[in-house]
Amino acid sequence: MTVADSLLDVADLTVSYRVDGAWLPALRDFRLRLGAGQVYGLVGESGSGKSTAALALMRYLGGNGRLEAGARLRFAGEDLLAKSPRELRRLWARRIKFVPQNAGAALNPSLKIGRQVLEALQAAEGSGGEAAYATMLRMFRDVNLAAPERVAERYPHELSGGMQQRVTIAMALISDPQLLIMDEPTTGLDVTTEAVILDLLRGLIAQRATGLLFITHNLGLVAQLCQRVLVLYAGEIMEDAAVAQLFASPRHPYTLGLLNSLPQPGARKASARLQAISGNPPALRLRARGCAFAQRCPLVIERCHREKPPLETLADGSLVRCHRWREVRPPSASPPPPNPLHKEGGGYTSGEDEAQPALLRARGLKKHFPVPRSLRQALRGIQPPPIQALDGVDLQLRAGQTLGLVGESGSGKTTLARVIIGLQESSGGTLEILGIEARASARQRRQDILGKLQMVFQNPQNSLNPYMSVRQAIARPLLKLRGLSPAEAEAETLRLLALVNLRADYANRYPDELSGGEKQRVAIARAFASEPALVLCDEPVSALDVSVQAAVLNLLADLQAERGAAYLFISHDLAVVGYLADVIAVMYLGKLCEVGAAEAFFRPPYHPYSEALLSAIPIADPARKTARILLHDSLPRAHQQPRGCRFHQRCPRKIGAICEEEAPPWRQAAAGQIRCHIPLAELAAAQGALPPPAAGG
Amino acid sequence: MRSAVSDRQPRRAFAAIWRLLRALLRQPQSAIGAALVGFFLLLALFGGALAPHPNANDQSHAVRQPPTLDLGALQLGAHPFGTDRLGRDVYSRVILGASSIFRIAGLGTLISVVLGSALGMFMGYQGGWLDEALGRIIDALLAIPALLLALVLVGIIRNLDFEIGSWQAGLADNVVLLVIAALYIPIVARVARSATLDIKTREFVQAAEIRGESRAYIIFREILPSVIPALVVEASLRFSYAIFLVASLGFLGFGARPPSPDWGLMVNENRGGYYRLTPWALEFPALAIAALVIAVNLMSDGIRRAAQKGE
Amino acid sequence: MLPFLRRRFVFFLFTYLLSSLMIFFLLRVLPGDPARVIAGGREATAEQVAEIRAALGLNAPLPQQYVAWLGDFLRGDWGETIAFRGAHNRELVLERARNSARLALVALLLSVPLSLALGVIAGLSENKLPDILISLLTLSVVSLPEFVTGLFLINTVALAGGGSPLADALGWWFPASSAVPANASFGEMLPALWLPAAAATLVLLAYISRLTRAGVIEELKREYVRAAALKGIPWRAVIWRHVLRNALLPTITVIAISISWLISGLVVIEFVFGFPGLGGLLITAIERRDLLLAQAIVMVTVTIILFANLFADMAYAALNPRVRLG
Repeated sequence: MTVADSLLDVADLTVSYRVDGAWLPALRDFRLRLGAGQVYGLVGESGSGKSTAALALMRYLGGNGRLEAGARLRFAGEDLLAKSPRELRRLWARRIKFVPQNAGAALNPSLKIGRQVLEALQAAEGSGGEAAYATMLRMFRDVNLAAPERVAERYPHELSGGMQQRVTIAMALISDPQLLIMDEPTTGLDVTTEAVILDLLRGLIAQRATGLLFITHNLGLVAQLCQRVLVLYAGEIMEDAAVAQLFASPRHPYTLGLLNSLPQPGARKASARLQAISGNPPALRLRARGCAFAQRCPLVIERCHREKPPLETLADGSLVRCHRWREVRPPSASPPPPNPLHKEGGGYTSGEDEAQPALLRARGLKKHFPVPRSLRQALRGIQPPPIQALDGVDLQLRAGQTLGLVGESGSGKTTLARVIIGLQESSGGTLEILGIEARASARQRRQDILGKLQMVFQNPQNSLNPYMSVRQAIARPLLKLRGLSPAEAEAETLRLLALVNLRADYANRYPDELSGGEKQRVAIARAFASEPALVLCDEPVSALDVSVQAAVLNLLADLQAERGAAYLFISHDLAVVGYLADVIAVMYLGKLCEVGAAEAFFRPPYHPYSEALLSAIPIADPARKTARILLHDSLPRAHQQPRGCRFHQRCPRKIGAICEEEAPPWRQAAAGQIRCHIPLAELAAAQGALPPPAAGG
Repeated sequence: MRSAVSDRQPRRAFAAIWRLLRALLRQPQSAIGAALVGFFLLLALFGGALAPHPNANDQSHAVRQPPTLDLGALQLGAHPFGTDRLGRDVYSRVILGASSIFRIAGLGTLISVVLGSALGMFMGYQGGWLDEALGRIIDALLAIPALLLALVLVGIIRNLDFEIGSWQAGLADNVVLLVIAALYIPIVARVARSATLDIKTREFVQAAEIRGESRAYIIFREILPSVIPALVVEASLRFSYAIFLVASLGFLGFGARPPSPDWGLMVNENRGGYYRLTPWALEFPALAIAALVIAVNLMSDGIRRAAQKGE
Repeated sequence: MLPFLRRRFVFFLFTYLLSSLMIFFLLRVLPGDPARVIAGGREATAEQVAEIRAALGLNAPLPQQYVAWLGDFLRGDWGETIAFRGAHNRELVLERARNSARLALVALLLSVPLSLALGVIAGLSENKLPDILISLLTLSVVSLPEFVTGLFLINTVALAGGGSPLADALGWWFPASSAVPANASFGEMLPALWLPAAAATLVLLAYISRLTRAGVIEELKREYVRAAALKGIPWRAVIWRHVLRNALLPTITVIAISISWLISGLVVIEFVFGFPGLGGLLITAIERRDLLLAQAIVMVTVTIILFANLFADMAYAALNPRVRLG
């Protein structure tokens, strides 16, 4: 590709932000050449400067951002830096479109959808009236919005997240732009919705000659969608290459580290460790003079700290910024050995096992949230049916076992964890912990039960009290639940810190002095302080940067091996669950629809819902485009619970009226149970093997 | 060892307040406000020593003397603010008046903040019907305008005295103090409640709950430190309203009783026909009120901004 | 919208009952014996007091007294005044309330547009010169106690040293409030309203403009503002069509709440200007220990405030799609 036919040509782009009176560069020497019709991935973690790059490309920076002089910024042969605000607006209206991450926030809450889309069309074409309305409806149909006339009359909050994102995509494509910039357009969505949006995007892009800059932290999405990819780290380009090249043989140690840190297909914690990248991404004000990645790089030499490597252009047109890129080897086929203490946590058994008594046994666990009555219902004395967040869940977990719990958001996974731990009182059913029936609320439970159950929360930002030091946070359960003396507690605190790989001087730190990964380590140490038998992990790594997730997962696996704790591990990431869990349970609208041993879970027969979840995972391998089973619509509203099989409205394998009317039976599989009307042999025959999961964060 | 585990938390909270104060002093308007408030505070604390005529009701001077203050020559003269129609030195009375307004507004605010935040945090953390019931009572109370409620309460307490017949002049001040506390407790409680509701959902509170911590521990050790910035902002706001209210009640004749050197009362006593005779006897206390109100407003606005920035 | 309004209406009724309960107890139970007050205070004999107690129904149990009192109030039977012998509370209160309402209306008409404009200008120029000037203005001059600004206005405008043509002209435009006949029409009263209304305007100006400013600043940070700007529509359109629509919506509620604020301010302003309004009447009532009159005044005030809040809720619901359809 020559300069002449590139749609977007950027070089030497540096953007600084004003932070407390000083200008700090958030993006340095950014370079990008994007051709018409090309799909370009821009990969980076939070703080890598990827969103800054996107907005700087459009010359839209907030009041505290500044474009440093000397940059080249050309779009379709025109110099963007020479454009007046008015010309820029015309450009934004027609030729360069931006799709933001959170569609719900990007739509004006008090204007009807139709009006907002027509406004964009008006800005682009200057046209209005009937023709514009027809164009809008056509565009809505193109993005698969059912009943476009009705969507136009709705307000944003009346649409689901997936529909909102479709509206913003329609709004961007309606002016037939030459360049589309999408900033993490699927990040807040469920994998099932993400798959649908991705599929839609592929089709839309193929029909047009639109160039797409796709910003994401998810390597799987890049592999599935993009032709070329640029990797940003701490505001600098680390590597830029064709997708096939980058995934097959990355040239930068950071890219390699990211690829290696994903759970490999079929890998299990008992057979291999994850190859984690050590350390944390540097903060904006702590950026190094030398290579930005030097602190964490396995190939680091003294020169890396001293001298910033240049961005080299290679023979095939790739870019790489590393002193030692020639020595980087392709992703290793031989993963590091596992923790020797690891043993398989035992398979799945549905019945009672006398030899190994259950650690946790839930029978018919229910949690109902009452729905306020409408006026008409109140007048007629009708009580509307409650929202059944949990509707009769049976579950058991043995000591040292890991149960992975998956499902879309709204499926009831978190409610189940909260009911088990006693943060919410169940509305029915029984819960036995260590053979003792546990009281519903944590406040009423006995001290010894409290100590045996602990939880690691999703958001490390909020899981530590900002006004308590690490020492106080860890010492409190030691004093309270284990009754240690202060001196013993101090010694044990230091031991726990060492256990989660934090230096002893971290005891004096406060949460605002810790990175996200370090906070999560402290939270894990706090959870393990009371020597729990079961730790509930609610999406423990989903709020962390991609490059630190693997290290935290390794830590959880190691702690389990050494301490013998059982985990209830909630995650939307099936690859992670497949790696960590012994037993996997799938939840849909408050009911379990499949439970079984983890090894067997990734082979047919699957519950149709599990099958859809599995096929929705974007695989971080450009050679393996998945044949997707797309689930249209999102979860039904919580108070409109379907009769019969909960999943029948969205089920691609629905067989008929029986699915709508009768609750399906549990069917016994080789190593698990599936709740479906279709006999398992038929399911297995229809499904065939899906590739084993290897997700991208 | 015990101290190592527990003693740093309050220090951490103090550090947050200290950071807030530093941010406050870095903004010019709020630094000026804080300096002025500091100046008035000095007057309030040491007014007796600073006033040339420490007896507020000293009528020994010639009546209706104009101010001798000469700003150009930087000279105070015998009666910098003049004397009123009874021959009292207005300058001394203005200085002496600072202490009562600070005492009433400050203590009233302090009481309302302490009790109001305890109530609000309890309501917010406990939730349920008790919170609902108390919340409704607060709503109903707040439907009555503050000044009306204050007038009614002062009237009632005075009426009580009328019944019992044991009014003492000193009690008048404390009536206003208690009324301010009573008026602001529900308002502070509301603020503390909503701040608590916000913090309560954080995971560190849930972590404490699953450790089986007591309510008191969770409210005071886990939640309180995070609520303090909001309470400091509210306290500064309440203080500025309290000053406003004390001055207004004094002016309406529902605060201090003559001959006390209350600024609002002095304004009231010297308006109408007296204003033509001794305008300075009205203007200087009014100016003092204006300066103090503006200073407190600038300061509390600075505190609010600093707290917002800290978030 | 219906469930929302129903909730608000139930809430309104509940708050109203609770407020009336509080007013009743504050004024009848706490202060000792109203009968003794009516009978003439400490000098009254026990027989006189007992007679009045019986006449007022004060011997009945408290709940019964409350119900009787609330029933009387709602029917319009507010009793006879003590402060103004022979007059009926209802006529007195309603006449003064009408005057106060006129004053409040002029103040609202002046202050709401002005403070919205100031708030929007300040919000759009956050931390720039216009914002700093406006915030200094609202923090200083405008937030002074009403009696300070009121007296300032009287002394500079209305009473400015006699003899000068300017002062004479102003004096004609701003007649003293006390010169207004009790049954003047709105038009006749208008000249007397300007000055107190100006003082009352200042009361609201700081409050509404600062909340408006905060609303604008908050909305400007929303992601949809960036999204709208990147549609390529002019910034002016982004502000008018997107930002202000959302930023000014909560102002409806703010204005309703500020009515309570305004009423407090009016008490002082009416006292300063000698304006024959409700606030002045309340002060007289309390000074003369006329509890029934004070009760009626506070009840009327609370009624006005709660209705204002209810209307604001309804308007908010009608304009906000998230509530309307929710």
